[in-house]
Amino acid sequence: MTIQPLLEIKDLYARVAAPGGREILKGVNLTINAGEVHAIMGKNGSGKSTLAQVLAGREAYEVTGGSVRYKGQDLLELSAEERAREGIFLAFQYPVEIPGVSTSYFLKAAVNAVRKHRGEPELQTKDFINLVKDKMKLLHMDPSFMNRAINEGFSGGEKKRNEIFQMAVMNPTLALMDETDSGLDVDALKTVAEGAASLRRDDNAILVVTHYERLLQYIVPDIVHIMLDGKILMTGDKALAAKVDTQGYDWVDRQARQVG
Amino acid sequence: MKGQVMTQLADKNTHLSNFSQFDQSAAHAPAWLDSLRRSGIDRFEQVGFPSTREERWRYTNVAPIARMPFKLAHYDGQGTDLLDRYSFGDDAASELVFVNGHFVQQLSKLGRLSRGVFAGHLPDALESRSAQLEGALGRLADVEANPFVALNTGFIRDGAVIHIPRNVEIDQPIHLLFISTTSREPAVSHPRVLIMLEEGASGTVVESYVGGRGLYFTNAVTEISLEDRAQLDHCKLQQESGEAFHVSTTQIRLGADARYVSHAATLGGKLSRNDLNAVMAGQHADATLNGLVFIGGEQHCDNHTMLDHAEPNCPSHELYKHVLDGKASGVFKGKILVRSGAQKTDSKQTSKALLLSDDAVMNSMPALEIYADDVKCTHGSSSGPVDEEQVFYLRQRGVGLEAARHLMTYAFAADITRRIKVERVRRRLEEYMALQHGLPLDLRINDLASHDEAVKQL
Repeated sequence: MTIQPLLEIKDLYARVAAPGGREILKGVNLTINAGEVHAIMGKNGSGKSTLAQVLAGREAYEVTGGSVRYKGQDLLELSAEERAREGIFLAFQYPVEIPGVSTSYFLKAAVNAVRKHRGEPELQTKDFINLVKDKMKLLHMDPSFMNRAINEGFSGGEKKRNEIFQMAVMNPTLALMDETDSGLDVDALKTVAEGAASLRRDDNAILVVTHYERLLQYIVPDIVHIMLDGKILMTGDKALAAKVDTQGYDWVDRQARQVG
Repeated sequence: MKGQVMTQLADKNTHLSNFSQFDQSAAHAPAWLDSLRRSGIDRFEQVGFPSTREERWRYTNVAPIARMPFKLAHYDGQGTDLLDRYSFGDDAASELVFVNGHFVQQLSKLGRLSRGVFAGHLPDALESRSAQLEGALGRLADVEANPFVALNTGFIRDGAVIHIPRNVEIDQPIHLLFISTTSREPAVSHPRVLIMLEEGASGTVVESYVGGRGLYFTNAVTEISLEDRAQLDHCKLQQESGEAFHVSTTQIRLGADARYVSHAATLGGKLSRNDLNAVMAGQHADATLNGLVFIGGEQHCDNHTMLDHAEPNCPSHELYKHVLDGKASGVFKGKILVRSGAQKTDSKQTSKALLLSDDAVMNSMPALEIYADDVKCTHGSSSGPVDEEQVFYLRQRGVGLEAARHLMTYAFAADITRRIKVERVRRRLEEYMALQHGLPLDLRINDLASHDEAVKQL
């Protein structure tokens, strides 16, 4: 019996959606099964964040070739909100501030959008409060977060914590964590990473996009990929991440030249 | 050139001839009121309607008002449907209802107000306190300053008078409801409001201007005098018909330690012009001006505000938000005047516009005039479409594209509405916003208060 992969990316090409837009993804191949944690590492500009955003359905990028299948369906056919309702969650590298919309109100709307899509009854305020209570403890969040406008006036660390808190509440099938470690001090990193790691299950998967290895000490990946110039150059286990940590990315460039 | 002068004369003549009819019908007024009216109509006859060549009227062309042969509006027995829709019912301490500018006793609710508080129409007020009115009516709203004030003053008859004596506090709002009904010929009414709060008095007053359908012209003037330590929470809600013209002037004087909060919302009217001028005439007076304009189609709304810091140590805060859809146009001119000697003035002004279509236009002009050297004045202005980054963030959490845009619009405006203490006003605005933007039911923020409360218990 073959198990259907959760996510299957084949020869994916994408460019900036503008006249003469730069090509960023140049033939990405990647398969993720349920229960796995993958890490994509790479230098700035390698295309790793773009990959996460293309998967989330950001219209700033245009897919020019290849295919993506998610839970057996054509992911590229789905709008950003349909993907979210199907369980894809992007933890943003730069979470957006939205004045005037309280975090609690927004999150309730989001949870209910997903529930509605699944044919489940909407959560009333009381049930919603019960749902978020535990998750707030997990992320060491002050309850006052909930009454504040989304990310408005939050510090960099607070914004990242808010992302993972939302991820915990939304309980995604495929979580895309885009540079979640950037801008975090050691304590905040530990809180955020442990929170994310606690969401690992047999029936979901996490894709961690990161420049550094330190986040991966808490969310230990099953498979590590290194991306360069819009392609996955090599794939290994967590030892690959350790090598990046000690040797940087220069050897990756050298190896790429040898291969090329 | 000659033709233009002729047109102007014809424009004025409409109202001058209205005045000669009106003058006879209002023969029983006291002499001082007669001469006040006379000063108004004389001034109007002298200056006529303003033109766009004048700086203050550059962005609002009132020619469509000037050209229209408006008749003086009459009470026609209609308007009960609008009353049912807009009445505050038991939530008002007192509700004065005016239909086409005429006070209608049987539709009004003159509640039992405490200890010497007066809320009634001008003829009643003239009987009980003529001397007081003589010193107050027309004192703040200067006929020289604005031709529309002059015109309104010429037609003072049936206005609303509110007087709260020293140290008396009223919790429930007093509601002034001005209804315009549809008539065969375009009609004009000149609503006049006088609000007087003595030392230490406090109250809440809501002015609603509403209409069903049709073309008519409302030319309103409100004068508000707050003596030392008086506090007024004031809402003005404009929901005129989509073809109507609405011009209003609100003139406020604050004594020492007085506090004034204004929430002014424009939803209706084809052409609206609001002048709101607050003079801080005593130390530590505190003025807050919040404004919301929520229009579309070919509606035009021009808000001119003035925060006049005449004395030291006064804070003022101003936040105006415009939501413009279709081919709507908005104008905001916010002037902060700090007179010499008004040291330690602390004034903050913000104007923001959300443009929901490419054809919507916003003109925002802050104007600071400062003649003191130890002051803090800031202003900021922004205008643009819904932020697509924000929309993507919401969509990535499962909120649909249209719903995300609606939610952003709603949130933008709710920033103003949630500051409004009078629940009737807040709800009416939020319902209107939800309706206009077709928010899906599951995204309506109609249980926001209970939701916020539940979250606070966390």
